[in-house]
Amino acid sequence: MQRSRRDFLKLAGVSALGLSAGTLGFLGEGAQAADALPSAADFAKPAKAKQWGMVIDTAKFDDALFKKCIDACHDNHNVPKIEGKQEIKWIWTEDFEGSFPTERPAFLAEAQEHRKYLLLCNHCANPACTRVCPTKATFKNDEGLVIMDYHRCIGCRYCMAGCPYGARSFNFRDPGEFIAKDKLNLQYPHRTRGVVEKCTFCVEKLAQGKLPLCVEASGGAMVFGDLEDPKSEVRKVLKEKYAIRRKPDAGTDPSVFYIL
Amino acid sequence: MYNGKYIIPGLIIFLALVLFPFIKGAGLGPLKVETEKPKNSKECVLKTEKMRDVHMVLLNEWRDDVIRNGKRVYTNESGKQFNMSLTNTCMGCHENKDKFCDKCHVEVGVNPYCWNCHNTSPLKKEGEK
Ligand code: SF4
Ligand code: SF4
Repeated sequence: MQRSRRDFLKLAGVSALGLSAGTLGFLGEGAQAADALPSAADFAKPAKAKQWGMVIDTAKFDDALFKKCIDACHDNHNVPKIEGKQEIKWIWTEDFEGSFPTERPAFLAEAQEHRKYLLLCNHCANPACTRVCPTKATFKNDEGLVIMDYHRCIGCRYCMAGCPYGARSFNFRDPGEFIAKDKLNLQYPHRTRGVVEKCTFCVEKLAQGKLPLCVEASGGAMVFGDLEDPKSEVRKVLKEKYAIRRKPDAGTDPSVFYIL
Repeated sequence: MYNGKYIIPGLIIFLALVLFPFIKGAGLGPLKVETEKPKNSKECVLKTEKMRDVHMVLLNEWRDDVIRNGKRVYTNESGKQFNMSLTNTCMGCHENKDKFCDKCHVEVGVNPYCWNCHNTSPLKKEGEK
């Protein structure tokens, strides 16, 4: 993990240049992704872990960085843009009360009170969503990722009722109509009407030994690694900084930590 | 035979209906469908005949391997490795769904819903023909 992180930082510098060049030309993230197709060789060195986890340094975020991280995810994963109650979101923001409703601090410090928090699926160690899925469409894999087999999802939405964090969205309509054609990432499928979708911790990137897209886009404000490995980057950060999780009393053991 | 005058003609009509497709197809050669061959690749994941028979099974196995077992590389009989991906591997070579997949699917009247989610080509914009 340590080595790959160092490599990542080097890479991040170079790709930041590439990114800024891309945005000059009005290219979305999706359009930039349309280069060489991933081949078998790209999956030769997957990143491995027992339980992937994430630490989010909330003080480092502003609106621009939120947008950058959210766009990196949503554009690359073909997440449709729908307003209102039928919104589909893999990663989104919320205020303190919405993010940590069980904290209930009296006289909360202003900085924390006015801050927004980046939310996504917690890839819980003890997820509620997978226990209620009648078809095992959603399940926890051996790297601690909670992922979906959309082919098996019958759209019953039990998982959405089960998740205490609102991390799942249902496709009430055909999502294809709500993805801008010029933004479509052709190398990644979109979903269909009648299935539930959510963040995957970029399982397809980890399989290529890369970091999740939001973590890459955050420029260091998010740290990613194996929570079960005491030498991992996330564990190092957690050793030094006090971090909280969303609704710990729900008993799902979330894997996303927030430094306030 | 009791009620034979109804039963025998009934049986004949029934057999005629059931056997009609076989009688009509007798003497015709095997079904031939012309599909567009990939321009930039000669070798498929499996041999053509095998692929014709089991591509749907292979895709199901790929899906389970990728999603459930985290296995993403497929090695075929001749040792060549492939990324197990309908969108990026299959459609990367067969870039025109309407000139390849649809040809047979339409001919035999099956309507798989792969493309409700999987893009019809990883290389160009959807909607382009
Ligand atoms: S946050 Fe919700 S959807 Fe994600 S693993 Fe936990 S219970 Fe499941
Ligand atoms: S909506 Fe899909 S993933 Fe969720 S519980 Fe039902 S079948 Fe499982």
